[in-house]
Amino acid sequence: MTVADVDAVLRRHPAARRDALIPLLQEVQETRGYLSREAILQISRHLNLPAAKVYGVATFYSQFRFRPPGKFHVQVCRGTGCHVAGSARVLQAVVEGLGLRPGETSRDGLFSLEAVACLGACAQSPVVAVNGEFHAGMTPDSLSAVLDSCRAKACDDARAH
Amino acid sequence: MVTIEVNKRPLRAREGERLLAALRRAGLSVPTLCDVPALFPSGACRLCVVEVEGRRRLAPSCATPVEEGMKVMTHSPRAVRARQTIVELLLANHPDDCLYCFRNGACQLQRLAEDLGVRQRRYVGAKSDRKIDLAGPSIVRDPAKCILCGKCVRVCEEIQGVAAIDFHGRGSRTCIGTAFDESLNLSSCVGCGQCLMTCPTGALREQSHVKEVVGALDDPAKLVVVQLAPAVSVSLGEAFGLEPGTDVAGPLAAALRELGFARVFDGALGADLAAMEMAAEFVERITRGGPLPMLTSGSPGWVRFVEEFRPDFLENLSTCKSPQQMLGALIKTYFAQQAEVDPARIFSVAVMPCTAKKAEAERPEMGCGGRPDVDAVLTTRELARILRMRGVDLAALSPEPADEPFGERSTAGKLCGAAGGAAEAVMRSVHFLLTGKDLPNLRLQALRAPEGVKEARLRVGGRDFGVAVVSGLGGARRLLDEIRAGWRSLHFVEVATCPGGCVAGGGQPVGASAQAVRARAEALYGLDADEPIRTAHANGAVQRLYQDLLGKPLSARGRELLHTRYAKREVVI
Ligand code: SF4
Ligand code: SF4
Ligand code: SF4
Ligand code: FES
Repeated sequence: MTVADVDAVLRRHPAARRDALIPLLQEVQETRGYLSREAILQISRHLNLPAAKVYGVATFYSQFRFRPPGKFHVQVCRGTGCHVAGSARVLQAVVEGLGLRPGETSRDGLFSLEAVACLGACAQSPVVAVNGEFHAGMTPDSLSAVLDSCRAKACDDARAH
Repeated sequence: MVTIEVNKRPLRAREGERLLAALRRAGLSVPTLCDVPALFPSGACRLCVVEVEGRRRLAPSCATPVEEGMKVMTHSPRAVRARQTIVELLLANHPDDCLYCFRNGACQLQRLAEDLGVRQRRYVGAKSDRKIDLAGPSIVRDPAKCILCGKCVRVCEEIQGVAAIDFHGRGSRTCIGTAFDESLNLSSCVGCGQCLMTCPTGALREQSHVKEVVGALDDPAKLVVVQLAPAVSVSLGEAFGLEPGTDVAGPLAAALRELGFARVFDGALGADLAAMEMAAEFVERITRGGPLPMLTSGSPGWVRFVEEFRPDFLENLSTCKSPQQMLGALIKTYFAQQAEVDPARIFSVAVMPCTAKKAEAERPEMGCGGRPDVDAVLTTRELARILRMRGVDLAALSPEPADEPFGERSTAGKLCGAAGGAAEAVMRSVHFLLTGKDLPNLRLQALRAPEGVKEARLRVGGRDFGVAVVSGLGGARRLLDEIRAGWRSLHFVEVATCPGGCVAGGGQPVGASAQAVRARAEALYGLDADEPIRTAHANGAVQRLYQDLLGKPLSARGRELLHTRYAKREVVI
């Protein structure tokens, strides 16, 4: 995310006040998928709020990310339907398989992990979305196959370059 | 007035006041963990709950207004049980670390667990894996001991106007931290220690220099000298069970010699010297036409605040170093020469009621050729710790004077320990510099400011000056805004970082009542009422310094040793 991207968003809300904080955080996150350090500082200057406060508010909501998403953004649904169908085990398997906690991005930039409240596809539970593509009825094993295919795809892409 | 009933006895209360305030006034002890008397109640800890007849739920007394006829039980079995449960839950993930904890014996959580008879761990929570933040020059944060009462956050934002810290995350991962969870060192924290003073636990403490000082005292190659800030002598006694406001300057000098300090210097002399230089600088600014108002620079938290938040006022800051650093510079030059010791052998200690002074001593410009002028800064608390460790009993020692050449002081220098004192000291000398005479009435009552902003107009030699005193950085920030907006016509502004001044500094004994703090200031005023030498320019030691070394105020040598400059600081704000 560049300073200019964030500036463009902020310019659309010249008179924003502190009650606009959350919508602004959302809008800025939409431009690049996360909130960079500089973006948070720009927002706090724009609203004349302390950076510690803006960071505090942003970390309160699980929707905000502070690192760029990976090439493959994995969202594990933790809604009620998926929970009943065993999504906790699925999430645990990803956490162990990728060595990431929700909100983190792997060092090689390949994967990022997010636990979301509900993806709205309860009929296919437990559901996992990778870059917005839904995978239904996931188990730890079937998910690990999905992740493997992501890795394979990344290798192919790298060779193609 | 309304009448309520508390524990079956009638109690008169002010209309609309908080129940807790009425209970406190009546001397009833209701425990609290999140209440900051000067601020709006947050109702976070629920420890202050009491039983109110006719209400189904226990009422938090800090947030409940009194009502005519209200019937209250402060220690009903239900209220006590609720408090026990709260403390047990707070202890669920608390490290059992009291023996090694800085707050051992002064911790409110420990005290509550004891008072409420908590004898076993009833709930077991996951221990915190958050790291201690040791990098800051003034404050150390240990998040594992934090009970999330939020007082530090509110004091830092609402009283100090800094807002370096806030709540982060949510649920079980909630914690207090700076923006981006970095060290306080990289944040806008000015090191004032007011968060530490309000913290009920050992989660916040000073960056300790005890080890360095004890080490130096043990080192025969070192000549260890100490200077004592004006507020220390009227505060330290409390740590030894003496009445608040007892002046222990005499016995303390004896105690420090017993500990092995080679010289004991009176820091109030540094304050006298700073008052002289500041008075001369003020006269120069008035004559030259600015920049005005001149802002005092003796309080390092405030200096740092201007550098970070209001660099547009940097040229208004007096160029004078703080009293600590003025005396520090003289110790390694003038004193070293007089005593014929190599300055490299001198280990210079300052005892301060302050945590920001620790950071100040580390500023690169506060030294000479990479060697700091002040090697270690102890808070009043740390000095008490060392004295106890060495078994020194203050009450049993006969008073001794401080050492030459920095042993004499005026009461003006002493006044600098309370908010308004520096303005009073400087104005006394300004009057003398402009008219050659002393003020007809030296006492400037209008500037004696326990808290908030005080303003006075002074007539000196046919000129009218607007003088203001503000303590607490939040108030200072508002005052700067008003000055910028042109609402105030001021020539001289004293700013003390801590509300009430150094007597209420972040290095003072924790848990002191407002009355105790008041008694410390009154003790300083008492000295000023009783003693004969009441102005910086009448202090013989100051006069000798100008004769022997400095020539006159603002001389070239003086500017080199006693003045400094400031720069805008880039930090996360
Ligand atoms: S903070 Fe208080 S309760 Fe916790 S370890 Fe320290 S003294 Fe004990
Ligand atoms: S030391 Fe002062 S500025 Fe720093 S966090 Fe504490 S209250 Fe805020
Ligand atoms: S650090 Fe101290 S004052 Fe701040 S929230 Fe934790 S326990 Fe309360
Ligand atoms: S003091 Fe009343 S809720 Fe904490």
